[in-house]
Amino acid sequence: MAEEPKEPKPPQVPTGDKPASSAPTVSAPPAKSADASAPAGPPKATAPAPPRPPVVLQTPLDNEFVTRVQVKFGAALLEAIQDRKQAILLVDRSRLVEIALHLRDEEKFDMLADLTAVDWPKREKRFDVVLNLYSFAKNERLMVKAHAADAEEVPSVVSVWPTANWQEREVFDMFGIVFSGHPDLKRILLPDEWQGYPLRKDYDILQQDTAWVRENLGIESGQ
Amino acid sequence: MGPQHPSTHGVLRVKLKLDGERVIGSECIIGYLHRGVEKIAENRTYQQFAPYVDRMDYVAAVSSGLGYCEAVEKLLLAEAPPRARVIRTILTELQRIASHLLWLGTHALDIGALTPLFYCFREREEILKIFEKYCGARLTTHAFRIGGLQYEAYDTFEKDVERFCKDFESRIAEYETLLTNNRIWIGRTKGVGILTAADAIAFGVTGPVLRASGVKWDIRKAAPYAAYDQYKFEIPVGTTGDTYDRYLVRMEEMRQSRLICLQAIENIPSGPILGKVGKVLKPPPGEVYHAIEAPKGEIGYYIVSDGTVMPYRVHIRPPSFINLQAFDRMVRGHLVADVVAIIGTIDIVLGEVDR
Repeated sequence: MAEEPKEPKPPQVPTGDKPASSAPTVSAPPAKSADASAPAGPPKATAPAPPRPPVVLQTPLDNEFVTRVQVKFGAALLEAIQDRKQAILLVDRSRLVEIALHLRDEEKFDMLADLTAVDWPKREKRFDVVLNLYSFAKNERLMVKAHAADAEEVPSVVSVWPTANWQEREVFDMFGIVFSGHPDLKRILLPDEWQGYPLRKDYDILQQDTAWVRENLGIESGQ
Repeated sequence: MGPQHPSTHGVLRVKLKLDGERVIGSECIIGYLHRGVEKIAENRTYQQFAPYVDRMDYVAAVSSGLGYCEAVEKLLLAEAPPRARVIRTILTELQRIASHLLWLGTHALDIGALTPLFYCFREREEILKIFEKYCGARLTTHAFRIGGLQYEAYDTFEKDVERFCKDFESRIAEYETLLTNNRIWIGRTKGVGILTAADAIAFGVTGPVLRASGVKWDIRKAAPYAAYDQYKFEIPVGTTGDTYDRYLVRMEEMRQSRLICLQAIENIPSGPILGKVGKVLKPPPGEVYHAIEAPKGEIGYYIVSDGTVMPYRVHIRPPSFINLQAFDRMVRGHLVADVVAIIGTIDIVLGEVDR
């Protein structure tokens, strides 16, 4: 995740112009680290292994593609990292549309596969808005993230990818993030009158809009 | 129209703006089946959440399950053993055929052809029997586990799959005699609900709908998962992107799935079926987006781990939800009677749209 402390190891060698798929393997031990989480495995013959250092899979990403974006947008590119061979860019929220247009037209990330959000309530800017792009020409995926605080609006990318329409509505519905410039921002999965944003971390799993349930379903609780 | 309308395949409500019989605008009202699976995921362990994904696209539960298991494996930096991957491939391709058969039967029924439904359900039944023999369930199978499989293939598994595939070739031909050159079928589907390639990409449409618009893209080829890199198969594409093309593409896809199954049962590697992932899964902190080619299009799982036993966030990118968004573009200018044809041709499952 973007706010994780950075990997202390030196950054890897810059690779070719392909950000995601051709990047070298992340320096963390592959496959084996899965076992680190396993409970006491059956073979205990050898002496207990020394405690493993925490696995950090997020490494800085530095290749020609990132350099091109860096040159074009300068400080608006806040961070470029790689996690499990996936390229992730953290960008300045206010320039999101501009960057999206550039990625679509110049870098050929022509499809927005997915748009969603993650809530980190302890962070100063609590929301990550996450865009998952795909390029047919390069056969690559790219994650673009922007941070937003509770009342901050995020520019809508519907003008860049029409598919963002429902996906931004869903994020608004579940997180209460307002997308400025969205043509028709309203709830999509929950009832229009529903109060609260269920996918926020401070919304309990058993929580509901009791007044709505009572009024519309005629029962005391939907649980 | 809806939410209780037989042709909406669940509870979809469509507001139509009409000029006489012609549709000039539409709006889909969804959410009737919303169960909050993404919230549930945050309160379950990785393994506990696996059965929930079967309840999204309940007619293609095996595919949803494969996507989820592979996404968690990617998060764990683990991999399923080769034997598990081949068996996964076979079951997923059978599921694709089953899903397409259900689509074909109900789509034809919506348009007014009653017969194909019975034929399709006959063959689908054979696939569900194989699922039942394999894991005990027919629809919400929970067939796979994170790290591989729980169940070995049963004794006559290969034989059952082979017999189904052998029979199925002539069965597809049978469906085609009912529909492909049928004048009513052609009249109701040709030129209806055209989606251009540019529009399809702009709306994020994937799966057979995208391919019928002429974009040759299939995740099984673009980013092979399970064991797809070992098999030869073609990706059928359409030219005009109308309802008839989408019909042809799905018919050909069933043939290709059959070929994949036949190749796969030739040589199922021996060995373990479950990789070493441990019983308590604590993926190292980080995030993955993993997508596979489900029968309806790209199903993607975006999972964020904070290093505990429960996912910090799971987001599911359901193909039905995204593809349905192109409905408005496809339906404009058509007659009310075509609306049911167009809903059918997108192939949606509302459990997946609403999650």
